[in-house]
Amino acid sequence: MADIRLEGVGHSYDGGRTWALKPMTWTWRSGRAYALLGPSGCGKTTLLNIISGLLTPTTGRIWFDDREVTTVPTAGRDIAQVFQFPVLYEEMSVYDNLAFPLRNRKYPKAEVDRRVRRVSGMLGLDDHLRRRSRRLDPGRQQIVSLGRGLVRSGVAAVLLDEPLTVVDPAMKWTLRSTLKEIHRDTGHTFIYVTHDQTEALTFADEVVVVKDGEIVQAGEPTELFLSPAHEFVGHFIGSPGMNVLPAEILDGLVRVGRAAVGRAVGDLPAGPVRIGIRPEFAVLDSAGSTPGVAGRVTGVDRMGSYDLVHVLVNGHDEPPPAERDGPPPTERTTGRTTGRTTGRSDQDGNAGHPLVVKTEAGSRFEPGDAGFVRFAADRAFLFRDAVRCGTVAPLNGRGEE
Amino acid sequence: MALILDGVRLRRRGEIWLDDISLELSSGMTMLVGPMSAGKTTLMRVVAGLLPPDAGRITVNGTDVTSVSVRKRSVAFVYQQFINYPSLSVYENIASPLRLARDLPRAGIDRRVREVAELMGIGDLLGRRPAELSGGQQQRTAIARALARPVDVLLLDEPLANLDFKLREQLRADLRSMFQGSSSVVLYSTADPAEALTFAAPTVVLGEGRVRHVGEVAEMYARPPTLAVAAALSDPPLNLLPGVVRAGRVECLGTSFPAPPAHPPAHSPAQDDPAQDGPAQDVVLAVRPHHVTIGGGGPGTLAFPAEIRLAEVTGSATFLHLLLAGRLHLVAQLPGTQLFVPGESTTAFVDPAHLFVFDENGGRLLAASAVSAVSTASTAEVDLHG
Repeated sequence: MADIRLEGVGHSYDGGRTWALKPMTWTWRSGRAYALLGPSGCGKTTLLNIISGLLTPTTGRIWFDDREVTTVPTAGRDIAQVFQFPVLYEEMSVYDNLAFPLRNRKYPKAEVDRRVRRVSGMLGLDDHLRRRSRRLDPGRQQIVSLGRGLVRSGVAAVLLDEPLTVVDPAMKWTLRSTLKEIHRDTGHTFIYVTHDQTEALTFADEVVVVKDGEIVQAGEPTELFLSPAHEFVGHFIGSPGMNVLPAEILDGLVRVGRAAVGRAVGDLPAGPVRIGIRPEFAVLDSAGSTPGVAGRVTGVDRMGSYDLVHVLVNGHDEPPPAERDGPPPTERTTGRTTGRTTGRSDQDGNAGHPLVVKTEAGSRFEPGDAGFVRFAADRAFLFRDAVRCGTVAPLNGRGEE
Repeated sequence: MALILDGVRLRRRGEIWLDDISLELSSGMTMLVGPMSAGKTTLMRVVAGLLPPDAGRITVNGTDVTSVSVRKRSVAFVYQQFINYPSLSVYENIASPLRLARDLPRAGIDRRVREVAELMGIGDLLGRRPAELSGGQQQRTAIARALARPVDVLLLDEPLANLDFKLREQLRADLRSMFQGSSSVVLYSTADPAEALTFAAPTVVLGEGRVRHVGEVAEMYARPPTLAVAAALSDPPLNLLPGVVRAGRVECLGTSFPAPPAHPPAHSPAQDDPAQDGPAQDVVLAVRPHHVTIGGGGPGTLAFPAEIRLAEVTGSATFLHLLLAGRLHLVAQLPGTQLFVPGESTTAFVDPAHLFVFDENGGRLLAASAVSAVSTASTAEVDLHG
């Protein structure tokens, strides 16, 4: 086990014209569980392949503790890897699959047996050792693939590249917690690549969010959720992602349209900003008695354990003009709108911005209803050029003028 | 438009792939939901004409198409793995089915290509090759091609499964509004409960090659007729606990509660004996993770001593993995961030109103307390025998 240190590591696939991975310096601390989270094409697999030695970086150096491994091939790095698809000999038993890497290296028979049984006990495979690997479900095949990497001694790190891709949604939950327990029991460094925020957040001690070849924020799951430093982190973490609306700072107050939603905290000049509020921290009231942004419900998604209420806010003191005849029939029957990021016009041509509020199941709001959206204190953030520049504090007293 | 499957069966290599599938689908969207290897893809391939069934009939608008070749059927198919012609531009990819059909003049083709490209949000990518597109754009191209020609039946086989999570979230919303008013029969399969619930469409639950249930998805979620249906729509997965119904009470792991009013019996009303008089009956209790709480149970709430195994924190929720009686795995979905120490003891609480009671094999819902408790709180009569 070792700290894995990247020193100015970057990679270009086109001879330096563009960076798939922008040069970065970063340390993976020994024994921690990391998730590398980002959309496809962000460079996260490139980064993983550089650590495993499948790829030599265009620039920079890699250290495992004080041993430089920049040009050391995968075989010399003692890395256990799990890929999207199980890598094992389907016709062999689980036992023989686990023993294979050891027999290949001419380990004595007793030692092979000892190691296979240790790993199988750790991974919960004891009852399956005699079964043919082909007969296992894909989730368990992935566990065997992992076991093949763990039987050797001196594993420096375990790298997992979207390991749950082929696994049933229900099975993912079980397998993920199994992986987490394996991490706890082995104490190895785990680096888990995924585009799925739930997988990343539930698995990792520390989530590293990558976008366009660079790390935009790293931190504990709760920190990334509660305190995103970048609009992208707000969007990519959380489901649905953070709402982001145009706002303005004027006399120290944050306004969405004409409605004041709180006091600006931070050294902020007056002017336009964007305000981010997670669906979990936006509250929808039918009365306008509290500081809030007026809006009209455009749809409700009944998701079973919770509801998503879609609201079009226009920043006026009043909800978008009352539609006495109700909303257009299409909106009523479809029951929802999409969470688009651009503004739209309501029926009377007033610009509005869509916003999603997450509520408990059984929300009484229906499409067409008027409402006021409040932003939970200290859970709204201000962004300039997508980077966080401040927070929002509650108003003293009423927010409306 | 109407698509009817009547007693469709398919066997391969001695295994039953489709078992007596009978369905009636009309214009607009129908969701096909089920876990992996439930038979979703096989069923779609049979409907498309790519796999001939061993038995049964398929009719479209009254015409028997069972033995009509795929080329002569009015069907479009979108696969999980987006498939485009790599050497053709997006424009030519979308135009290809129109050119093959030879029934549209050049100007008509051009108009239609631009129309569907616009609809799918790829109007400004028409000159690109598939390799120059992101995964989401590639799948939009494949869907646009499927939409180019009006077809009787449009099949989408887990079209979002290979896309990034965030992209899936967004496309889900787009596709829903797109297919809602469609005049084609649109059959859309998924293994993802959130996707099934978002579309809020008529839903067919498939399992082990059989139709498990047909109905409105919200109703199925609230009152799942079988364990398989409940499981297909639950994410995180359902918690299952063993129980026994005896003398009007449901017993479970050393605790018990009054047997809830029976689910309105859909069939076998002849066996309406109250549980009080019957012999003990083994049952399966199912509770969704967000209905398991820690610390603080109201009156009538069941308490289970538990050992903490693992806590997964996402910020919006904490998933607490527990071990009951040293052997049963239970997951609680708690709001926000909550910290727990693995190995410590705690107590998990479940309101019996949130327990589904299924018969021993999960084959039939005996009581859906959560739903019936609201309407018939005073009823003491119980049907737990069926």
